Amino acid sequence: MTAAVETSSAAARTSELTKVFGKGPTAVRALNRVSVQFAAGRYTAVMGPSGSGKSTLMHCMAALDTATEGEVFIGEQSLTGLSDKALTALRRDKIGFVFQQFNLVPTLTAHENIVLPLGIAGRNPDSDWYDTVVDAVGLRDRLSHKPTELSGGQQQRVASARALLSRPDIVFADEPTGNLDSTASAEVLGFLRRSVDEFGQTVVMVTHDPSAAAYTDRVVFLDDGRVVAELTEPTADRVLERMKALTPAAPGDAQAG
Amino acid sequence: MLRPALRNLLARKLRLLLSTFAIVIGVAFVAGSFVFTDTLDEAFDSIVDSSVGDVIVRPEIAGSGDATFQGLDQRTLPADLVDTLAAVPGAERADGNVTVTGVFVLDENGDLIGGQGPPGLAVNYSDAPNAAGAQVAQLAEGEWPDGAGEVTVDAGTAETSGYEIGDTVPLVSVGDTPELEAELVGTFEFGTALIGASVVVLDTDDMRGIFFDGDDVFTDIWVTSDESTSQAELASAVEAELPAGVEAITGDSAAQEQKDTIGEALAFINIFLLVFAVVSVVVGTFIIVNTFSILVAQRSRELALLRALGASRPQITRLVLLEALAVGFIGSTIGIGLGFLLALGLRALFATFGLDLSGTDLVFRPRTLLLSYVVGILVTLVAAYFPARRAGRIAPVEALRDGVALPETTVRRRLVVGAVLSALGAGLVTAGLLGTGGQGALLVGGGILAVLLGVALATPILGRPVLVGLRAAYRRAYGAVGNLSGENALRNPRRTGATASALMIGVALVATVAVLGQTAKASTDEILNEQLAADIVVSNSIGQPFSPGVAERAAETDGVDTAVPLRSAPATVEGRDEFYVAATEPEPFAEMVTLDAVAGDVADFTDGTVLVEEGRAEDEGLAPGDTITLTLPGGDQELEVAAVYEQEPIVGSPYLFTLSAFTAGGLRPQDTYVYITLAEGTDANEVQAALEAQVTDLPLVSVKDQTEFADEIRGQIDQFLRLIYALLGLAIVIAVLGIVNTLALSVIERTREVGLLRAIGMQRRQLRRMVRLESVAIAVLGAVLGVVMGVVFGVVLQRAIADQGLQVLSIPVVQLVVFVVLAALLGVLAAVLPARRASRLDVLRAIGTE
Repeated sequence: MTAAVETSSAAARTSELTKVFGKGPTAVRALNRVSVQFAAGRYTAVMGPSGSGKSTLMHCMAALDTATEGEVFIGEQSLTGLSDKALTALRRDKIGFVFQQFNLVPTLTAHENIVLPLGIAGRNPDSDWYDTVVDAVGLRDRLSHKPTELSGGQQQRVASARALLSRPDIVFADEPTGNLDSTASAEVLGFLRRSVDEFGQTVVMVTHDPSAAAYTDRVVFLDDGRVVAELTEPTADRVLERMKALTPAAPGDAQAG
Repeated sequence: MLRPALRNLLARKLRLLLSTFAIVIGVAFVAGSFVFTDTLDEAFDSIVDSSVGDVIVRPEIAGSGDATFQGLDQRTLPADLVDTLAAVPGAERADGNVTVTGVFVLDENGDLIGGQGPPGLAVNYSDAPNAAGAQVAQLAEGEWPDGAGEVTVDAGTAETSGYEIGDTVPLVSVGDTPELEAELVGTFEFGTALIGASVVVLDTDDMRGIFFDGDDVFTDIWVTSDESTSQAELASAVEAELPAGVEAITGDSAAQEQKDTIGEALAFINIFLLVFAVVSVVVGTFIIVNTFSILVAQRSRELALLRALGASRPQITRLVLLEALAVGFIGSTIGIGLGFLLALGLRALFATFGLDLSGTDLVFRPRTLLLSYVVGILVTLVAAYFPARRAGRIAPVEALRDGVALPETTVRRRLVVGAVLSALGAGLVTAGLLGTGGQGALLVGGGILAVLLGVALATPILGRPVLVGLRAAYRRAYGAVGNLSGENALRNPRRTGATASALMIGVALVATVAVLGQTAKASTDEILNEQLAADIVVSNSIGQPFSPGVAERAAETDGVDTAVPLRSAPATVEGRDEFYVAATEPEPFAEMVTLDAVAGDVADFTDGTVLVEEGRAEDEGLAPGDTITLTLPGGDQELEVAAVYEQEPIVGSPYLFTLSAFTAGGLRPQDTYVYITLAEGTDANEVQAALEAQVTDLPLVSVKDQTEFADEIRGQIDQFLRLIYALLGLAIVIAVLGIVNTLALSVIERTREVGLLRAIGMQRRQLRRMVRLESVAIAVLGAVLGVVMGVVFGVVLQRAIADQGLQVLSIPVVQLVVFVVLAALLGVLAAVLPARRASRLDVLRAIGTE
């Protein structure tokens, strides 16, 4: 196992994180004693073949799933033993999400979607920050539109703005460009990049696209439930090269990823 | 296509269960109504069958005979006729009976046993066999009465009252002396259950002494045939020996006569219950349409795939209809089972009115089974037809697209159809109000239903302002969560509309009844104020007649100026059977109750004349000076119309006769009301106390001043309202299940959204609140529309029948607001399960749902 060597303060980290799906002979070990850190103010990509455990890692770290063994920390807060209520509040206040399927609430306008997590928390958005975020995603003229009236790229930018508005400790993006064409992908990835550079946001993105990974500061490679390699200052070519070196997942492999 | 249909059903067990509920209660109502009335029918039949002799000789009955069957006929036969008849060839024996209705046993606290509706009978002892050759009553304990002052009572009554042999039993009677006493000498078993009736057996001469001034008479005579003679042969042999005015009928036809009369009353109960069954079925139809629409919408991609694979349109429609068939079948089966329970409930409900069927097994006829299945399956198929047809129109290419949209009829078309239906309904109501009797009521009922259906179709549009208002209120009160709820209620206007409509129908009917009930109460108050001059009214709280001795004693009481009785009986007038006509003493009555003449002069009302109510005078084309024929059991009487009076509910009868007309018709003198005025300068309280002292041993007779009398009438109206509310309550239950259904299906449909909300930090509590608020929005929408429609119906009906005792419109605003609040609470209740389901969804799995 390759231990992550990060000296700056970690926005999130895992310690010996293990996740097993199922029981007995059919059990699948999706994560195997993974210890990884995500530094604050950095943009990290998690990559790996299908079934490598990259999505499971993200789900466990984002308090959407629980660990079988080991620990997850968001900041200094361990997730172990937290109640559903506490985990929910943590997701609401400390974590931002961008999903592959956009996942906007169809009945709400872009504006309402962006402020939804704050609304659920019963807080009002900081209007300067709101303006900054909205301008950064370039949606000023689309705020009163419903999701069905927006393009895929626009929807994903709304989702990104939503993730950032509560100033979370960390933003998790799960294949954010998986459903987008290349132009829209570039917009979304560029926005995430800028949120790190300009606002000091911490972003972790699961992707299988080397060119998406090229936007990040660091790439963590997972295979078969373990961290197998990492790369700083990645370029698309270097990422591709590294991925080729990894054992390709056998067809029909476990769907744990 | 059968197998995919069934597999679909099994794959969606929960949805299946929810959609069957809608049909279950409607079918249960149908089945329950029939089971209950069949049970009543059979119980009465077995009583009737065991209480007729081979041939019955009785005073000839003119008219419908209803008065006789109610025990109001006091005509008798000479006792020596028995010996004559016993000697008729073919007769083995002849036995005289003395039967009087309106005799009840009091328990040790002075309360009446039974008597909340079923009759109390007094009969003389007779060992004559009935037509089946059995003793009508078998001695259980002690002995039969022998001589004055001895009584044997039926075992049920003896047990309820707690009396032992040797105790002195107090009785009340409609005879000249209201209070009686006798020593209990034995108890007997009747061959069948008595359905709450009580029977006391007295010595023959004792009966004659009490009820017929000691005359040597019988009320009827049973002639028993020897083994070789049939009922019909014996009847014609007996007929030859009878004096004029006396008839002989076979036991079979006597039994049939009584069964027919009872059957009419039971048919009324059945129709009354079936009205509510129809309401339940209609409400259920809404739920089924809605459920299948949602199910088809959720499966549209799958159905499109089937189309792409080569299934034809009709095949897709058939697939959905096959599911409906299965749902209808399962729902009907459960409904029939539940109907049994409902019949038990009805048995308990009617037991509170004294109709005791506890000793009778429920009767389940094949007809009930067949009808329940036909109703259940047919309604489900018809309701599912529209969604099924829409499913057939899904284009195959939709299978390849995201976000399949079902072809929907435009909102405008719904509005047009809704408006046409409403107009049609309004027309029917108008026609019904102009018509009369059962047909008019049917038209009004059908019209109201059509208007409600029309409004229901337009609900997606009509409901919008209400929902928008609620969204604003929610947003203010609950912020983002409230806003989401408001949006959710608005996102499928048809779904929300149909769900709310089901509730609207129930609430509209409840509100209509509430408005009419309140109006009736307000009108009663006004009528009593303006038209009742009597200071004190003596009445029987459940409308059973009482002894004329009460009025006689009252008249002799110090401080009483006048006491005048009002009597009532069924009769045939101008060839038409009247359920209820009244009689009184003309002159004093005119001082007690103000009757406004429309034509003629009320002062001309004397013996030999009749007063006719305005509406009936119009129907029959009667004017002062005309002659009408009154047919009572004793025969026809020609009476001159003295005046036509404005409808007024104190008399409440289409005709007002004189007491002499009733007596001439052979009716027993027994009163339903006594109106009393006080002499000037007397203390009303003192006189009332004196009058009350006279009736202490008559538990059901009460003495009331005007205020108390008004309270009593208001109480009766309230009791009736409660019965109707209870029965409409089931339609509301269906509607609430419909809300549960819609919410549950919506939660399934919005699984991914729920997952997202949870992922971005919505607490389970907040999610439950979100579902709950949407539920409340649907319920409040239904209730608000229902209350509005109910007030409209109430006002229209009040205007139309204002002259029938509803002249003062009164809208129970507080009560209507309470309805809306209750509906909101029901909404909270309906949301419990769907909200819990939503809050327990696994976040990861939910968010990964397609």
